[in-house]
Amino acid sequence: MARKVVITGLGATTPIGGDVPTMWKNALKGVSGAHTLEDEWVAKYDLPVHFAARCSTPALDVLTRVEAKRMDPSTQFGVIAAREAWADAGITDIDHDRLAVAFATGIGGVWTLLDAWDTLKEKGPRRVLPMTVPMLMPNGVAAAVSLDLGARAGAHTPVSACASGTEALHLGLDLIRSGKADVVMCGGAEAAIHPMPLAAFSSMQALSRRNDDPEHASRPYDIDRDGFVMGEGAGALVLEAEEHALARGARIYGELAGTSVTADAYHITAPDPEGLGATRALKAAMFDGRIQAEDVVHVNAHATSTPVGDKPEYTALRAALGTHVDNVAVSATKSQMGHLLGASGAVEAVLTVLAVYERQAPLTINLENQDPEIPLDVVTSARSLPAGDIVALSNSFGFGGHNAVIAVRSV
Amino acid sequence: MASNEEILAGLAEIVNEETGLAADAVELDKSFTEDLDIDSISMMTIVVNAEEKFGVRIPDEEVKNLKTVGDAVNFIANAQA
Repeated sequence: MARKVVITGLGATTPIGGDVPTMWKNALKGVSGAHTLEDEWVAKYDLPVHFAARCSTPALDVLTRVEAKRMDPSTQFGVIAAREAWADAGITDIDHDRLAVAFATGIGGVWTLLDAWDTLKEKGPRRVLPMTVPMLMPNGVAAAVSLDLGARAGAHTPVSACASGTEALHLGLDLIRSGKADVVMCGGAEAAIHPMPLAAFSSMQALSRRNDDPEHASRPYDIDRDGFVMGEGAGALVLEAEEHALARGARIYGELAGTSVTADAYHITAPDPEGLGATRALKAAMFDGRIQAEDVVHVNAHATSTPVGDKPEYTALRAALGTHVDNVAVSATKSQMGHLLGASGAVEAVLTVLAVYERQAPLTINLENQDPEIPLDVVTSARSLPAGDIVALSNSFGFGGHNAVIAVRSV
Repeated sequence: MASNEEILAGLAEIVNEETGLAADAVELDKSFTEDLDIDSISMMTIVVNAEEKFGVRIPDEEVKNLKTVGDAVNFIANAQA
């Protein structure tokens, strides 16, 4: 029998709240974190997209100036979320050789990399700061979190584009089940609201261009959806071997019952229109957690609000859950906070854990005319989840054909 | 051309910006590593910022000889002369 793994700490900094309590309150209320960007570079480069969903609490309001100086913005968000999750878990006595980190990012230190390139061109190589390499490396956030917590059982960085945060939980579960660690700080962080990624995602037609109405731009499942909204932030979850959590009398939010990762091997960016890779991921996570379709009451969907992405996920959910999919409350929380790329899976995992623990599903906003080809039961007003044993799933899919799914069971 | 006092004050400002140490803790007899706990990466950042502020060049091979704040002040003063 595999070791049971439970979730004992949660942390987040997002466009709809700089900590978990604020984010959760807003997620149940239904707010938009998307706003017009006031930065001079929007006009300077004539960007086709003028808005994004920035973190509601700037990192510099939380970290000291000196701490922040040595971290890329993505690492700043990751450390903030990890510290909140660690404090929430309340672990005071731990063997640090049995504490690991699995902290993901989609892109890594893109601000640091591009700032250093600007400095090189404008001022020459002598002015490129010596901290540039440790700040831009994609493992920078995992390393910073490991350093902050004194986690010595490995600091890992799963990178699978927008599936990265969910893949971190998949890895964390494995680390505990296989006996390599007793506690794992899992999460994902991203800070890519920079003109270059905005230009690049725009040129592939992935971003919404609803420049005159940013708050209504992210509209998963709506017939008028036209792309995702770039978000930023981080989510963090403390995974703990059940016996470790019980021994210290910890508050347990839920069990990370099963996870899975699959690859489409279909196209570098387009999702498989049949959703076959996603279907295999859903089935594998349910098998891993010994979960029957009827156990599932809630899904936090990947649902980015792109015209091509939302439908294959529905196809996959129907293939994996059968007709029971009609009884499942589906939340598309990117409608509120935009797409946090490599952090999205981690933040959505926090929301999924809270949905199971609090028996409430977060809202999907901006759904005015539901796409008739996606007849899901979408949560658009306050919705309680049933009492008793329940399971919720969270999906994440990434460019490259990456599919990752987690299953959270009530305790 | 800055006086030694001005160089010390400027250096203290750079150290404060990089490490958060109070500027008045940056005294001539203080060792960068032993007393101020400045690691090699911070030291290089301080050196590059000092080069820009004082308009001098501090060669990489010279940095290891700058053990105390006073060493750095003297080097910068001589380089400016």
